[in-house]
Amino acid sequence: MRHFPIIVIGGGHAGVEAACVAARMGLHVALVTMDATKIGAMSCNPAIGGLGKGHLVREVDAFDGLLGIAADAGAIHYRMLNRSKGSAVWGPRVQADRRLFGAAVRERVASEPTLEVIEGEVAGLRIEGGKVRGVSLADGMQLACDAAVLCTGTFLGGVLFRGEERFEGGRIAEGAAARLAGQLRDASLPLARLKTGTPPRLDGRTIDWARLAVQPSDPDQWTMSPLSKERVNPQVFCAMTRTNSRVHEIIRANLSRSPLYSGAIDAQGPRYCPSIEDKIDRFGDRDGHQIFLEPEGLDTPQVYPNGISTSLPVDVQEAFLRAIEGLEQVRVAEPGYAVEYDHVDPRSLDRSLQMKDLEGLYCAGQINGTTGYEEAAAQGLVAGLHAACRIAGRDEPGLDRANSYMAVMVDDLTLHGVSEPYRMLTARAEYRLRLRANNASSRLTPLAIRAGCVSEARRCRFEAREEAREALQLALGRERSPSEMRTLGFAATDDAGRQPLGDWTRYPGIDLTRLAEAGLVPRETEHGLHSEVAEDLHYAPYVARHEAELRELRANEKITLKPDFPFHEVPGLSNEMVERLSRTRPQSLAQAGRVPGITPAALAALLVHARKHVAAA
Amino acid sequence: MAIIRISGAGSGRALNVLAGRLPIPRQASLRQIRDPQAGWLDEALVLWFPGPNSATGEDCAEIHCHGGRAVIRAIENSLAGLGLRQAEPGEFTRRAFLNGRMDLLEAEALGDMLSAETELQRAVLASSAKGHASKEVAHWREAVLSASAAVEQELDFSDDDQDGIAPTPGWHSEARRVAEEMAAWLAVPPAERLREGLRVVLAGPPNSGKSSLFNAILDEAAAIVSPIAGTTRDAIERPVAIGGVPFLLVDTAGLRDEGADEIERIGISRAGQELARADVVLWLGPEGEGPSGAIEVASMIDAPARQPKGEGSIAVSAVTGEGLPRLMGHLSQVGRDRLPKPGQVAVSRRQKERLQTARLQLLEAAQVDDLLIAGEALRQARHALDAMLGTVGTEDMLDSLFGRFCIGK
Repeated sequence: MRHFPIIVIGGGHAGVEAACVAARMGLHVALVTMDATKIGAMSCNPAIGGLGKGHLVREVDAFDGLLGIAADAGAIHYRMLNRSKGSAVWGPRVQADRRLFGAAVRERVASEPTLEVIEGEVAGLRIEGGKVRGVSLADGMQLACDAAVLCTGTFLGGVLFRGEERFEGGRIAEGAAARLAGQLRDASLPLARLKTGTPPRLDGRTIDWARLAVQPSDPDQWTMSPLSKERVNPQVFCAMTRTNSRVHEIIRANLSRSPLYSGAIDAQGPRYCPSIEDKIDRFGDRDGHQIFLEPEGLDTPQVYPNGISTSLPVDVQEAFLRAIEGLEQVRVAEPGYAVEYDHVDPRSLDRSLQMKDLEGLYCAGQINGTTGYEEAAAQGLVAGLHAACRIAGRDEPGLDRANSYMAVMVDDLTLHGVSEPYRMLTARAEYRLRLRANNASSRLTPLAIRAGCVSEARRCRFEAREEAREALQLALGRERSPSEMRTLGFAATDDAGRQPLGDWTRYPGIDLTRLAEAGLVPRETEHGLHSEVAEDLHYAPYVARHEAELRELRANEKITLKPDFPFHEVPGLSNEMVERLSRTRPQSLAQAGRVPGITPAALAALLVHARKHVAAA
Repeated sequence: MAIIRISGAGSGRALNVLAGRLPIPRQASLRQIRDPQAGWLDEALVLWFPGPNSATGEDCAEIHCHGGRAVIRAIENSLAGLGLRQAEPGEFTRRAFLNGRMDLLEAEALGDMLSAETELQRAVLASSAKGHASKEVAHWREAVLSASAAVEQELDFSDDDQDGIAPTPGWHSEARRVAEEMAAWLAVPPAERLREGLRVVLAGPPNSGKSSLFNAILDEAAAIVSPIAGTTRDAIERPVAIGGVPFLLVDTAGLRDEGADEIERIGISRAGQELARADVVLWLGPEGEGPSGAIEVASMIDAPARQPKGEGSIAVSAVTGEGLPRLMGHLSQVGRDRLPKPGQVAVSRRQKERLQTARLQLLEAAQVDDLLIAGEALRQARHALDAMLGTVGTEDMLDSLFGRFCIGK
């Protein structure tokens, strides 16, 4: 039997990141997928990034992941969302050509010398002595492993719904992992159902573009990954249209034919990405909902209408689409559908995304109850990285809520669980001012280098950038008097006093560009460095206020609670607290404090007991 | 009558043994109290409160027995024989808090109330202990959550997203309104003042009669409050109750009259500090030369050649006692005005600091242009209020956000 330290099941956004990060750390990895040509497929919208999600892309990229570079390779439209607000909530997003994106992902997968792609359906996990020892494929092949990473997306027990039709599968015309789902249920893993949906794909040649407002790609030349030197593809535009009362009438008249309303699907769908049926039913007072028409690629006429995911029958889909401005003659290339699938209760996972009760089994992506490529990729990276650290005997990389959105997500999932598909939002990150998309590399690449998952090229780039930063910061630390500033052509009054150049940037008319022109600080050689440092200066007073909070957080993070911590034995804990804590099994006092409903009093009791426990041990 | 209160897992068993069987929960029933060894002890009302819906959150029982020492001791012995022990001071409150039956504010107010010594102290603290304070803070917290939700809604929905519901208007003014309500709380002296007394400082130049008046007031005050450990720092402070209002009388006389240069300087600086900390100043010096807001006192009216003071002043003689009742009546009135009133809320210094943080953050949020900083300030405000109540959570904010809005794209 062949043995791999790590076997990754599934070749979606989570699977490829998990497999590649472990391979970058030098481990032999098998990536098992039903169809190797579908590795890196974008099942839903042809976009990568967005609000909150762009942060995740940049963070995965900071660990030398695939997502950012593949997004740039496929990008045919760049848009920085939320530019009118502070940069900490800017959301870089691209529309990607599906073919180019998938090809870039497969190229990276193929380029990893220690990563082997195996085609087949995983029919079951081989579990011995409470540990995962390997996997069995449907064709009878057996593989041994030390850790398995489940990245099944919507394929685990997946069922597709379209009107009255039902298909078993994870995507249209693809199979489902039914046998694996059955085995996991039998192994009494905590599984539940969620649903999501996708809109019909349109033939762009039948859209009356001339009638619609268009949105061009951003003219400035930013990229998703700082390692992508430039934009490689021709840039295309997106267009916008809206639903109207006639559309709503058609949908309302046919609601009973939607599996969402006929009772066929009772699983919860994503609140942030509701189906058009839901929008019309729940927000009946609105006279229209926005639709973005997003091109799916350079060499395909297919268009993705963002905002109208639906599982209505095909004839109703066609009818309501043709009632929309610009789509009067539209031809549906592929009808929309809803998919219901199995997910694992993420509270059964620890912060490395490993099952608390099944050593060696990691779960990442939609299987953990999330939605979105970026959320999936980030979890794949976290799971693969931690599995590889464990097997290679390396220290964990030290992700926490104060240094990454990735950790915010994992922490939320494993402590709160999910009642609907989880989507990243900047509001979830309490230390948002320090977690900007544009400083992801500064925050995380040092951790990535220490973990050993970063290529030589990225390391060199990072070090060059850090050198430039040090030089810039040294210059910004030098004090200048108001008269010196005036001599250099800046407006400065004497009451400002002598102060470091960095502080002078708070005054009107003084910024890094002008300081560089005056020769006071080095010119920008590293793209984006000046704006990053300027924002650091701008937010410094606010970030400083976090310090006390963070000290407490990190101190409490060090008070660990063993997996078998006897919550029921803690004096003074009510039954309700014991129940909440036992279900989630937090790994530290800090985590316990984030379990919903846990009171500070309960924490105090826990702290006292944890200290006693440590002293006695 | 005596009430013996039992809390903890062994309560049911103890009651079973002593009273024969458990009564219907939360209903008084008359029972014969018997010790397995010693036999009949008393006839008593017993009550049974199964947890978690009890005062401490644990199983609780009460035995309302006759008040004789022998009876009480016998029942206590019986309970000890069953493995129960005497509660430590504050242990019931602590357990109630630990079991989530009361929040920090309520627990603190209850602790304060139990040590209340005057009627005013008790009346005010009782309203805090009943959760009035918590309710108000919880109310503010709701308002801050809504403001956060409005800000996050704007931040987390793209400029492009025309479906992203119109921002909730008015969160700025709402934040300012809450900050103003908080300011009203902050203007009330802290709860410690109720316990320690309002600081009344006697001040004036040397030989203006401060010490005599100090002693005369002490003599006149019907009830001299027993010194509470840690309140009285030295010989020049004395706690007194005047008309049910607690005061801490401070004499700055000894501080200035020592003579020696060095000591005098220290004395003067200490007198200055005392004036700064004072809630009420009785000014015995020349009219109009005392600190602003001071009560003008014309002292030593029995002595010849004293400058009389104007109309607003109170004339007293420490020797004859003339004018003293008027002065004390005035003090009592001032005290009632200044101290938290029954039904008003008094919070501790620690809580006031948190409240002040919350207030300043709210004002900052309402004033900055950068929504990100407004969001951060509101988060800090929420954090401070959470610390007051002892509850925490970002998920609450998101629930508040998404519970009410249609989310597009």
